[in-house]
Amino acid sequence: MPARIRERKLQNCAIELKNIVKRFGKVVANDGINLQINYGEILCLLGENGSGKTTLMNMLSGIYQPDEGEILKNGEQISIRSPRDAYSYGIGMIHQHYHLVDVFTAAQNIILGLEDEKMDIGAVNEKVKGICKKYGFDVDPKKKIYDMSVSQKQTIEIIKQLYRGAEILILDEPTAVLTPQETDKLFAVLRNMKKDGKAIVLITHKLAEVMDVSDKVAILRKGKYINTVITKETNPQGLTDMMVGRAVTLNIDRPRYANPTDKLVINDLTVIDHDGIPRLDHVTFTAKAGEILGVAGIAGSGQKELLESLTGLQHVAEGSIKFINKDGKDIELVGKTPMQIRQVGVGMGFVPEDRLGMGLVGSMGMTNNMMLRSWRQGRSIFFNRKDPEKLAKDVWEKLEVVTPSTEFPVRRMSGGNIQKVLVGREIASRPPVLLTAYAVRGLDINTSYAIYNLLTREKMNGAAVMYVGEELDVLLELCDRILVLCGGKVSGIVDARKTTKEEIGFMMTTVGGAKGGDK
Amino acid sequence: MKEVKTPLIRLAKRDGIEPRKAWAIRIGSIFVALILGMIPIVLAGENPFVSYGVIINGALGKASYIRQTVKRAIPLLGCALAIAPCFKMRFWNIGAEGQITMGAIFASFFAIHLGPKGVPAFLMFIIMCLAGALGGAIWGFIPGFFKAKYNTNETLFTLMMNYIAIGIVRWLQGGPWEGRPGTQIIPMFTDNARLPNVFGIYCGWIVVLVMVVLVHIYMNFTKHGYEVAVIGDSENTARYAGMNVGWIMMRTMLLSGAICGIVGWMLVSGANGTLNSDVAGGVGFTAITVAWLSQLNSFAMIAIAMMLAIIGKGSATLQTKLDVPASVAEIVSGILLFCMLACEFFINYRIIFRHKKEAEV
Repeated sequence: MPARIRERKLQNCAIELKNIVKRFGKVVANDGINLQINYGEILCLLGENGSGKTTLMNMLSGIYQPDEGEILKNGEQISIRSPRDAYSYGIGMIHQHYHLVDVFTAAQNIILGLEDEKMDIGAVNEKVKGICKKYGFDVDPKKKIYDMSVSQKQTIEIIKQLYRGAEILILDEPTAVLTPQETDKLFAVLRNMKKDGKAIVLITHKLAEVMDVSDKVAILRKGKYINTVITKETNPQGLTDMMVGRAVTLNIDRPRYANPTDKLVINDLTVIDHDGIPRLDHVTFTAKAGEILGVAGIAGSGQKELLESLTGLQHVAEGSIKFINKDGKDIELVGKTPMQIRQVGVGMGFVPEDRLGMGLVGSMGMTNNMMLRSWRQGRSIFFNRKDPEKLAKDVWEKLEVVTPSTEFPVRRMSGGNIQKVLVGREIASRPPVLLTAYAVRGLDINTSYAIYNLLTREKMNGAAVMYVGEELDVLLELCDRILVLCGGKVSGIVDARKTTKEEIGFMMTTVGGAKGGDK
Repeated sequence: MKEVKTPLIRLAKRDGIEPRKAWAIRIGSIFVALILGMIPIVLAGENPFVSYGVIINGALGKASYIRQTVKRAIPLLGCALAIAPCFKMRFWNIGAEGQITMGAIFASFFAIHLGPKGVPAFLMFIIMCLAGALGGAIWGFIPGFFKAKYNTNETLFTLMMNYIAIGIVRWLQGGPWEGRPGTQIIPMFTDNARLPNVFGIYCGWIVVLVMVVLVHIYMNFTKHGYEVAVIGDSENTARYAGMNVGWIMMRTMLLSGAICGIVGWMLVSGANGTLNSDVAGGVGFTAITVAWLSQLNSFAMIAIAMMLAIIGKGSATLQTKLDVPASVAEIVSGILLFCMLACEFFINYRIIFRHKKEAEV
């Protein structure tokens, strides 16, 4: 088999997409896309949120069927009608959400669903080890999935595809959950696979990674194919302009607030989950008014528990959270319900991770969603709908939300617009403390920058802003200080203007970072 | 080269539909059901057109027929109103049957003990109404409490509660409240414990129409109604907004049970004049269909409840007049319900055939 691939190697076309069209109702997700995927090449599929990257690749992995157009493999037209078909054509996709059975070992997961595989687990283990050695993976096939880190799980997904003989590998935003170090490791593996003649497609919207790893970049914009360029011949600014369709400035304005004062003082905050595992372990820090405090960490390092403790949604085992009000008085928040926290005058704007699942009601329009913050006001048994309606119209205009009316169900808006509704509502309440988690997750560059600017504006108005984020580049540019969490502990708090990506990356994986190791 | 096939039929989600078109589909589905419904009638050896005529005539042909039809619709409508808030909250209360029965038991207690003592009718009216509401509310609160505190499965829980309530009536019928020994029948209530007639129908119809308006206001304009709608969409969102989800569940079940209990009171006090184990008689289940078909809109429930009552009453006539077994009529009404539920699918999705372009969206 390697001989066959080697023959086709060197600029040999693996997959060709011709004039692919895919519609969902009135929405045209892919509008006449042409794309060429070659063996021995890493192709980045770049585009803003909602530009149709994932939809296009889902048609290669058999999840959707195109409404129009042709897919050619090695020059022959094929029809991929199920993920099983995709396997048989040697196409493997690694999705953003992994499909693994927690209680199975790595090897068991890898052979899961293969019909004609002999259940000789010893031989499977050997074969898996062989694949690992060949491409430089670091995985024990006998390890159970629940003992694995996110990065290891992703590795299993990749090996699963290779084991099935995938020649064409598609990875959908693989670095979203990885630390910088893990990302480097992944890219090293991808380069090894490329050398072996595999065709690799990487879906991403992180420009730094595109420049780092890819050979070619294909750009989609609003469902349309824009261009394919050779990475060496372009630069981030050029790619952004093509992606957005017009020139965009990629700078976040970061003014300093005259004199930041303490707003939230957190001491020894400890949260223990149902299994008795500490999720937050004696976390101590201060959030200041007039400052954006970034929170960095690998997914699941305690970010969620931290924000939920601050809003009263999480049972706190130990420690204190003190809010300092306008008159300089301390108010203890631990032990209060979300409603009580609001009643003592602590307005906490909270932009949660899961927008529709936590922050908004999908089936309702903007007005009724604005009401989520105010519905309880007044003594009447009837709610007041006038103020929320006014607020909805305000957000609609000021943040340029694309929706037919303020009654249009938010579920049917695009991700970016949903996020605008949520952030708009939280900021409109002018909270002295504004908490945001992944406020720009999945948003396109334009909207992201609009939201960064809103956060900065609130900071300059004297709000204490906490920003839980995943892109270190943004954290470094937007925040004043960055709190790094590692396994529920504070790994360190650094000045965002002075630190580096590497330092934070190291602190994300080791408590105390490099300095901690020295001591 | 392999031949490339596209599937013969594909489904695509509609991106919203004009209300006019949606209603056209709904009305169309009724016609389809009527045509399909002819098959069992023909198989039973009757002329389907004549049979349909008999059904309509039997339900609406005379003032007295209409009164009987309305009588059938009252508990259906009342009960659909009761379960609407639960369903809005995605709390699958299928225990309306038991809540009706429990309300009926509580109301009957006062009819049996206070009725013969000559308590004035208007006082009996209030006492029995409140007792009915209390009985239903208790029966609704129990599964609500366990769901809120221990996350038990409300569907099974409410269903099982039905059998307990019906069992209690059986015991009362044969035991403490039995009339003549050995009859297993509870005697008819005294007149002061019966509901007065208005236009020849017991005044329950006024009660349910008032409830239609109240439930509509409750669901659409009150803080409670808003909370229920938010929880129905996402419990987490509700929690983040500071709602006490457990309490709201219990409160909504209290309300739902209370309305069911009032229906139970009207059934014993108005429709039947006494209590028996068949007091709910499946109303609690049919009402689920009513609530669902009307998309939880309380005004639409009036029409749906009337429609089901017409079919029910008409089929009874069909059996006596044409000797078509009532089971055939039940088949027809089953087909009708099936078509009306199925048509919601065509309102939400559209079908695309192979070779046909999608231009006409």
